[in-house]
Amino acid sequence: MTEATSTIAPARADRLKAGLKGRYARERRFKLYGILAVSVAIGFLVLLLGRIIEQGHTAFYAHEVTLPVYMDPARIDASYPQGTNFELLVAEQELVRLGVTDDAEGTKANAMRSLFSSELKYRAADIIRARPHLIGHTVTIPAPTSDEADLYYKGEISIETPADQRRLSDEQIGWLDRMKADGAVRTHFNTALFTKGDSTEPELAGVLGALVGSALMLMVTAIIAIPIGIGAAVYLEEFSAKNRLTDLIEVNINNLAAVPSIVYGLLGVAVFINWAHLPRSSPIVGGLVLALMALPTIIIATRSSLKAVPPSIREAALAMGASRTQTVFQHVLPLAMPGVMTGSIISMAHALGETAPLLLIGMVSFVPGVPHSIAEPTGALPSLVYIWENASERAFHERTAAAILVLLTFMIVMNAAAIVLRRRFERRW
Amino acid sequence: MIWFYLPVLIVLSGLAFWGGRRLATKRAARQATKAHSRPVQHGLYALIWVAVPALAALMIAGVFSDSLGHQMLVAGAPDEVTQLEPFRREAFFADAQRVGMGNTPQQIWPAPLSEYLAVEGKRAVQINRTLGAGGMIAALLASILGGLFVFTRIRPDLRARNKVEGWIGAVLFLCSAVAILTTIGIVFSLLLDSLRFFQSVPVTEFLFGTQWSPQMAIRADQVGSTGAFGAVPLFAGTFLIMLIAMCVAAPIGLFAAIYLSEYASPVSRAVVKPVLEILAGVPTVVYGFFAALTVGPAFRVFFNEIGLMLVGGPLNDLGLYLSLVQNQMALVAGAVMGIMLIPFVSSLSDDIINAVPQSLRDGSYAMGATKSETVKRVLLPAALPGISGAMLLAMSRAIGETMIVTMAAGLAANLTLNPLDTVTTVTVQIVTLLTGDQEFDSPKTLSAFGLGLTLFLVTLVLNVVAQRIVQTYREQYD
Repeated sequence: MTEATSTIAPARADRLKAGLKGRYARERRFKLYGILAVSVAIGFLVLLLGRIIEQGHTAFYAHEVTLPVYMDPARIDASYPQGTNFELLVAEQELVRLGVTDDAEGTKANAMRSLFSSELKYRAADIIRARPHLIGHTVTIPAPTSDEADLYYKGEISIETPADQRRLSDEQIGWLDRMKADGAVRTHFNTALFTKGDSTEPELAGVLGALVGSALMLMVTAIIAIPIGIGAAVYLEEFSAKNRLTDLIEVNINNLAAVPSIVYGLLGVAVFINWAHLPRSSPIVGGLVLALMALPTIIIATRSSLKAVPPSIREAALAMGASRTQTVFQHVLPLAMPGVMTGSIISMAHALGETAPLLLIGMVSFVPGVPHSIAEPTGALPSLVYIWENASERAFHERTAAAILVLLTFMIVMNAAAIVLRRRFERRW
Repeated sequence: MIWFYLPVLIVLSGLAFWGGRRLATKRAARQATKAHSRPVQHGLYALIWVAVPALAALMIAGVFSDSLGHQMLVAGAPDEVTQLEPFRREAFFADAQRVGMGNTPQQIWPAPLSEYLAVEGKRAVQINRTLGAGGMIAALLASILGGLFVFTRIRPDLRARNKVEGWIGAVLFLCSAVAILTTIGIVFSLLLDSLRFFQSVPVTEFLFGTQWSPQMAIRADQVGSTGAFGAVPLFAGTFLIMLIAMCVAAPIGLFAAIYLSEYASPVSRAVVKPVLEILAGVPTVVYGFFAALTVGPAFRVFFNEIGLMLVGGPLNDLGLYLSLVQNQMALVAGAVMGIMLIPFVSSLSDDIINAVPQSLRDGSYAMGATKSETVKRVLLPAALPGISGAMLLAMSRAIGETMIVTMAAGLAANLTLNPLDTVTTVTVQIVTLLTGDQEFDSPKTLSAFGLGLTLFLVTLVLNVVAQRIVQTYREQYD
């Protein structure tokens, strides 16, 4: 018997040896496919993040122009300063300084005016309101440049592009260059991006409103989803008898985890808005929808960390005379808590990035300012990304990327917190 | 109104807990017996009896106070108001309420009504206040009655623990019932509005029609926008994008999983796994942004260049076509969605390949097979059912994915399988139909629910089948 199997006919051995080279080559190729697949994934991630940083980093700084303004008493009404067209006033005076003569219609002054943000007007009006005695004097007012001028200073609009393909004329570009040469233009950190709500003017638009909206929404989600999720998981894992009903609940939870998010949005529209008449595009509705979405994930994570607690703990507690409830709430659940919290935080991070259901419950509408309560209309970070991506002004593109960076930062912080929790408190049994 | 009472309720509950605990200890000490339950459990029992009746009262008040208040408002209103048609009457009361709260009305009302506005507003606020106060008093009474009941019952031999644990069990059960309620909510909300939609558009037309243009005529004499609700182009577009996504995700995800489970050293696994996790955690709106502003233009430029090269040659027509390709082609959305699905496919496949018993691998190596031969001839055939389940799950993901297609695919409902054409998907249409100006009850908005129902059913079937397959596969090796 051993004779027959251990010796191979010489001809066959040669054939096997000859084939060996091809087999090893195939082996190497196969491994290469695997490496290629992994590199595609890594390469894509690098490309994605690199592109977003490349597009978004310019949004974190902005340009400000500081010009002396003669507060012309003939043009300014001290009792009603906001009625004055300060932008035009500044523009005309700047034209004079640059030695440009305007035509009768004032087209050049209008062209110059469009280089300043409308913020200039509010700042000037505020100054006059606070100190009316400045009328008749010259005041230097710093104000953001308009979005197009800002893009030019950032080098995103070039004089080489044909004039009909850019929003700035050759003349305006010349003025911008001269203002910069005069030292009137200053680069500064774009605080507006973090201190303002949404605006139709890119240079005045910020993510704060959306950030607060997202935070309020996540608060609602966490308050609802985490306790209910833990309760449901504890019930299914520790209390429920095996019967039809609990089987049904189990199948249900697994399926709910795979339902497309947009279906939850439809549920939100039909139940929370049309039936319960909760306010549209408010954090309470968004939070409820996201809570329903997050629930299955939290339940599944909690169950698996409850499963990981060894039965000996339960048996010991029961043997000491503890009731089932006491065992679970005083021994099993505390031991499972790190895993539960990790799962909850990760599902909250997911909820933070979820967009589709928010679009359906009305978070695509333009909401200026910062919300104060969970019943007010608000934006959210991911829906802000969507809104800005659709905006026609080019300056919104870099701000979209910047908003994405803010969103990703929050998600990374949450995930890092989850990892730290897991590392510090996880127990291997 | 409930919010004002909540702090009071919390204080009362705290008092009840503390009182119950003290009372139990005292009475046990006085009777010199050992109590059945611990003082804490008596405290919790007292807390339940103080809080639950009050919450129930508040809930009942919340449900009925709106309609009750409205009835009172209508009953006491002057004739001019009650004789208005119902729709106008509601608008009047809404404005009256606004005036009563010190805000400005939304409409301008004609002479007799405008004078009533302030009076009615004052009355509305008063009614609201009365009802709110009534609710709070009812809640307080309920708390007091519950407290009286429970404090007479606290005795050493009261089985407080069993009762409290019964309540806890019930609450936990209710928590898990939320999952069922969610499903019921989804099914009903989709079904009810879909049925209303199918009353105006027959199901057969919806499922088999090849024309999709949901613009309805707003005026009867309007031309050219009769509305057509044949969803076949949407199904075809969804299918096309899903197919492209799977062509990207299935091989790459599978090979990544094979590499990770069979070849990778611990070091490279420690690098690759987090990368895939990050890729899985990136919000889809970010993928959409990337597809729309980076991948789309890049692909368009690429195809346009090829097209320009071909123009004038033997493939002139193809060249002309390629040189006019748009940003929003199915290929862009499909490719980016495929990248998004890689971590999903690879982590599922990784689990499944790892579940194949080591003995099968060892047997194959012992026979002299190389690693790749083992993977191809032993592992993959053994893992095939599980992997096909994973692919089905990925397909259901691709079908339900919304943001990438909304941002990178188009709105034009073309019935085509050409990946360079613009197509639209079910999810894109749901978003477009339900955002922007909309009036409810029009077939246009209701059709979104019809699409949603179709989407839900298709993904449900895919998920159930996939989970069954994965389940039976797992059991095979357990």
